Amino acid sequence: MKRFLLFFLVVSVVLWSTTGLGFSQEAKPGGTLIFGSAGDAARLDPADVTDGISITRTDAMFEGLLRYKEGSTEIEPCLAESWDVSEDGLTFTFHLRKGVKFHDGTDFNADAVVYSYKRQFDPNHPFYQYGEWAYWKWMFNYVKDVEKVDDYTVRITLSEPNASFLTSMAMFTVAIVSPTACEKYGADFFKNPVGTGPFKFVEWVKDDHLTVEAFDDYWGGRPYLDRIIFRVIPDPSVRLLELEKGTIDCMEYPSPDDLERIKGNPDLVLLETAGINVGYLAMNAGEDTPGFEKPFADVRVRRAINHAINKQEIVEYLYKGTAVAAKNPIPPSMWGYNDAIQDYEYNPEKARQLLQEAGYPNGFETTLYAMPVSRPYMFDPPKIAEAIQADLEAVGIKAKIYTVEWGTYLQETEAGKHPMCLLGWIGDNGDPDNFLYVLLDKDNAIVGSAGNVAFYRNDELHDILIKAQRTYDQEERTRLYLKAQEIIHDDAPWVPLAHAKLQMVFKKNVKGFVLHPLDRKDFRKVWIEK
Amino acid sequence: MKRYLVKRLLLIIPVLLGVSMIVFFLVRLAPGDPAKVLAGEHASPEFIQAVREKWGLDKPLYVQYFIWLRSVLRGDLGVSIATHTPVLQELLTRFPATLELSIVAMFIAILVGVTAGIISAVRQYSIFDYLSMTGALFGISMPVFWLGLMLMLIFGLRFDLLPISGRLSPEVTLRTVTGLHLLDALLTWNGRAFLDALAHLVLPGVALGTIPAALIARMTRSSMLEVIRQDFIRTERAKGLPEKTVIYKHALRNALIPIITVIGMEFGLLLGGAILTETVFAWPGLGRYTVDAVYARDYPAIQGAVLFIALTFVLVNLFTDLLYASINPRIRYR
Repeated sequence: MKRFLLFFLVVSVVLWSTTGLGFSQEAKPGGTLIFGSAGDAARLDPADVTDGISITRTDAMFEGLLRYKEGSTEIEPCLAESWDVSEDGLTFTFHLRKGVKFHDGTDFNADAVVYSYKRQFDPNHPFYQYGEWAYWKWMFNYVKDVEKVDDYTVRITLSEPNASFLTSMAMFTVAIVSPTACEKYGADFFKNPVGTGPFKFVEWVKDDHLTVEAFDDYWGGRPYLDRIIFRVIPDPSVRLLELEKGTIDCMEYPSPDDLERIKGNPDLVLLETAGINVGYLAMNAGEDTPGFEKPFADVRVRRAINHAINKQEIVEYLYKGTAVAAKNPIPPSMWGYNDAIQDYEYNPEKARQLLQEAGYPNGFETTLYAMPVSRPYMFDPPKIAEAIQADLEAVGIKAKIYTVEWGTYLQETEAGKHPMCLLGWIGDNGDPDNFLYVLLDKDNAIVGSAGNVAFYRNDELHDILIKAQRTYDQEERTRLYLKAQEIIHDDAPWVPLAHAKLQMVFKKNVKGFVLHPLDRKDFRKVWIEK
Repeated sequence: MKRYLVKRLLLIIPVLLGVSMIVFFLVRLAPGDPAKVLAGEHASPEFIQAVREKWGLDKPLYVQYFIWLRSVLRGDLGVSIATHTPVLQELLTRFPATLELSIVAMFIAILVGVTAGIISAVRQYSIFDYLSMTGALFGISMPVFWLGLMLMLIFGLRFDLLPISGRLSPEVTLRTVTGLHLLDALLTWNGRAFLDALAHLVLPGVALGTIPAALIARMTRSSMLEVIRQDFIRTERAKGLPEKTVIYKHALRNALIPIITVIGMEFGLLLGGAILTETVFAWPGLGRYTVDAVYARDYPAIQGAVLFIALTFVLVNLFTDLLYASINPRIRYR
């Protein structure tokens, strides 16, 4: 037990020192934080944006009923103090926090919650016309209705039980907006955002900067910072120069080429954490797909390929240290991650042996689909494809590389035209269901619209994933997902490659910021040491 | 003259029509779909179709073109799909930033280019001539983002003399009147903002002005050399006119036409927004707006921006042509 405690202490200190800025001194209020941002927000309505840069801005101004715990994807109360679930798992009753004000001085209550949600799914709602509400359609399509019970109680009815619902309730999409402001500004609400968050909107000069200032009546107590200015500086090297000069206090998305320079600067602090994402190589096992090739139906071949690829080298040299190697489909920062799984080690000899057992002593010829663009989870895919090609060649598999424009690439892989393809996923809500069900369940192995591009169909896994969707018992869900990862590991439909890290750089005197694996930004506890 | 002007102005119409048609169909030929960008990565086909209908992207192409053309003729460039804001309004907030930077860059380019060109011509084959022409070659060949980063590194960080990027320091406030910061600072009697805005203009102005400066220097030199060798210059020198008068009053004036052509062309190009310079220097101008619009497949924004850029280019060219006549009275337009 003692050893365990010591281990726990060491781990928590390490985690604490790499993902967050320490709290060792007493926080002091005051000061302006200048945030060096890679781009400008598209719009400032949290329910009608899909890009991380817009979400960073709205995170400062808006909150939902629930929120993520600091640095984790577990949830905690925010504008709702508590909630109950009905016996059948279809009705959620949220008890709202009292005495919360919007930035415009109006009261937060059940009407505001109903307004904020109904405007996203009820075509008859007066505000519905002003947005696309892309994320509601994707994450909340099973929500049947939202009703006010009394001024501080809201009831949400689902059309089917869904255990990831509560995790999703911490997403940016379901942040609460001021109905008064929505009615006042209409189509221009996104230029005049009003929420209940710790900071309120001041000014937005497109492509240049956005300013927010501390909300004095914030229910959780006034934040330490007086102001945050988000400055748009598109070039990562220029952001770093500004940070070195001291004209900005922190920056997002440092260039991998600058990491050494950052680490060597005693005035800067690099924060990093494994993000909720995965980059992978999928092997098409779907006999009904146009790209199906016989070898991939054999689990021994899929395992051989897992042994053949030198993942560590890819992560180190091609991701340039901006990722961690993956052994599971879900990232280690997510609850339910199965760390007991032993990854297929890099072993070309074993790979050749497995190929021989499967009846391919001389290997075979195939095609590897390579993404044309870098994505956060896949840094420089053409180079990664070439590395994989060389690794496969070494065990006798000759893979031709095929690349096509990104939109077409997605269509072709969804239609199963590939024998092997590189792809990845960025999590939406931090729930394992959002990875395992979406990417590996047979329900999503539909030719033409597949999320499961390995066209991997396992009934036992399907039962587990559905069961995990239907139960609200967190421990039971964790147990089910641990098991699911074992099955997936054994069947080896993918070669999980990497989880890209999130990285941010701060000046040494900025304290209290903790990176969130979903890249959500929480500025409440950030302060500047003078 | 008046007839010529009317004729040239009327000629703008077919040019813009042509540009509008080319850009309209070209952006639709390129892969990508704004409805998909707007609907998000996980959108169902039905939802993408609904978004397409909402933004009128489901209609036949020629119908879309005429609908767009009709609204353009009414002075409405449409609404940006990505930012849900009228395109004209967005262009008019970006244009002053680009205009201000272009004017400063051209000012630097003309000052440096014409001076270096004249001296090089007058002292042909001197050390100065070799140095300035080698410098000009460097100026043309240097990638602007590299030059920009070096300027920042040296003058922004190492010697800490000038701001690195942006138009104004965050702590400086300035009331917007025209969107041109220097002018606004003067109009509102804001000395601090004037100095701050000026300091922010130096590095991007130098970076952006380098290529035009090099081109102008080379053009000035060759044009001057040609003129200096002509008989009337020999006559003037023989008359005993002071060398300064010969060079600056007579030779330069006669050499000016090709120089003005280069200046006009370069200025027209700069007004379209310098994508690299604006990106490196975090300058909220037209070039970056256009590129962002291309990435977002924001058709109305791309079309509006290209049309706007074409219009400014044509107008600058027209102005240059008119300038010829005032410089060289022998040129008469009919």
